[in-house]
Amino acid sequence: MTTTRHFGFGCALVGAFALSGNAANAAEQITFVSQGGAYQQAQTVAILDPSAKKLGITINQDSIPDAWPAIKTQVGSGKPIWDVVDTPTGYCLRGGEQGLIEKLDFSKIPNAAAMPEAYRNAYSVSYEFYSSVLAYSQKAFPKDAPNSWVDFWDVKKFPGRRALRNHPIATLEAALMADGVAPDKLYPLDVDRAFKKLEEIKPHITVWWTSGAQSAQLLNDGEVDMEMAWNGRVSAVAKEGAKVSFTFNQGVLQSTSLCILKGAPNLDTAVKFLNEAVDPVHQANLPLNIDYGPGNPKAFETGVIKPERAAQLPSEPANAAKQALMSYAWWSSPAGEAAEKRWASFMQK
Amino acid sequence: MLALVSPALLVILLLIVLPVGWLAWQSIYHDGFTLENYRRVFTEDIYWRSFALTFEISLAVTLIALLLGYPVAYLANALPKGWSILILSLVVLPFWTSVLVRAYAWLALLQRTGVINQLLRYLDVTSEPLALVHNMFGTVVATVHILLPFMVLPLYATMQKIPGDLMQAGASLGASPSLTFCRVFLPLSLPGVLAGCTMVFVLCLGFYITPELLGGGRTVMVSMLVSRNVELYNQFGAASAVAVVLLASVLLIFLVVSRFISLDRILGQK
Repeated sequence: MTTTRHFGFGCALVGAFALSGNAANAAEQITFVSQGGAYQQAQTVAILDPSAKKLGITINQDSIPDAWPAIKTQVGSGKPIWDVVDTPTGYCLRGGEQGLIEKLDFSKIPNAAAMPEAYRNAYSVSYEFYSSVLAYSQKAFPKDAPNSWVDFWDVKKFPGRRALRNHPIATLEAALMADGVAPDKLYPLDVDRAFKKLEEIKPHITVWWTSGAQSAQLLNDGEVDMEMAWNGRVSAVAKEGAKVSFTFNQGVLQSTSLCILKGAPNLDTAVKFLNEAVDPVHQANLPLNIDYGPGNPKAFETGVIKPERAAQLPSEPANAAKQALMSYAWWSSPAGEAAEKRWASFMQK
Repeated sequence: MLALVSPALLVILLLIVLPVGWLAWQSIYHDGFTLENYRRVFTEDIYWRSFALTFEISLAVTLIALLLGYPVAYLANALPKGWSILILSLVVLPFWTSVLVRAYAWLALLQRTGVINQLLRYLDVTSEPLALVHNMFGTVVATVHILLPFMVLPLYATMQKIPGDLMQAGASLGASPSLTFCRVFLPLSLPGVLAGCTMVFVLCLGFYITPELLGGGRTVMVSMLVSRNVELYNQFGAASAVAVVLLASVLLIFLVVSRFISLDRILGQK
């Protein structure tokens, strides 16, 4: 079977109409949505094409940088055209609570049922891992580079320009670790303490970045000497020859997850696909194509990922042990949402 | 007559009135009638700060654009036709480059390792790189650059209509060139000044790309609140309320300005 790609919302719409005409005699199919670019291309090779072949289904692809508004609009309209969406885990949870996402029956998804409980929830399954890490310029720090958030906050011992993400998620975690909280004791976050610690570093932050591309540019151009950034962005800059590096120590391990839209047009096939997509072997193939870690930790036991490659991945067990595992349940709780709103006033003070 | 303009009216209704009406409606209706979105805008101080900052930046941009744009328009008006075409095409040329590209170009110029800082250090003017971007300064510089044509063109159009013999008449009565400029030319060009300033000010109020890319995350203009509110409150109403308040302030500005100058002059350059 084939995997077809539709770029853009409009194309998917046309595709959906065209396909619904002969749905009765067509083979099973689903529409899968991710974030596009090299990341979606890597999935196509590692996961989507092999899954389509194995299940004998057609996977139509769509891509959108931020799926959340579209999920709301599609489900709100009563006739969603997407089936499975790959989106930050927090959105799956929030969507589930708002009735936008189907509750999963794990008896039909054995691959997910075998995953550790921290890697799944009632509405979604971890699909891939990335990490918010402390990255730095090797030009500014040829030796004795900053190695923890305590170091990042220490402007005397580690002088230099700094950047953080203009977003509370992972940043509050970093602030608490800088204040001495252990990575595995972060939740529920002490929000007051985190903001107090952030006030301390605020005058020393040159840029509060908003996009991954911007964080990469800042480090690449030497605009800042250290920053919090996503590991894949840093290694991409390093591969292009910039003298930059990062540490997984005290990183914040984050994930995107797969979830199914409420009232998805091909619900049964979508569940079948979900199970196949987190199959350990498909999952193990993902990091061979891009710098993200598999969502299913069993992937590391398949032998597909060589040890030297595994060492570079955020969710490799030894690397994961050095990091804090993001609690999306906390962030989508009322306390988490309040912290997100408080961020705006923190930035504008 | 009505039959002739009705297609145009229909287009305006479908593309402007309905969407804006829908936007305004969402700000007061979400599972029932609510003023919660407006309560937030008028009571939480981040909104006031953002509106104040937006007006401050727009004012600065307008004044700088006027100071830079007036001499340019004056020169284009005073020089022979060939020169004025050249000057005006240079003013309009950047229109063909995307706003995004121009913002990135300013980043390349202004950042720590950028052209300007490297030049200053090479010439030994500064020992430490200056913070020229990721702040309000960088935002204002890039915004002025983008909005300058909207100042120069209305000014030029107004100056074109000032009869040259008025200046000669002033001179023949013994006034110095600077006096004729101050007493004759400048007052006659004021409608153009007002038109250009209104245009630049109002466009600047809604700017998004330059503060987002060059503001360093601290320069939060109203347009950025709009986008952030969609993410924060998961409904468009919270964002539309901010947009409606901004739209209302723009309309208010036009209303005040229209007491002094006909709106046709600003919008149609009659």
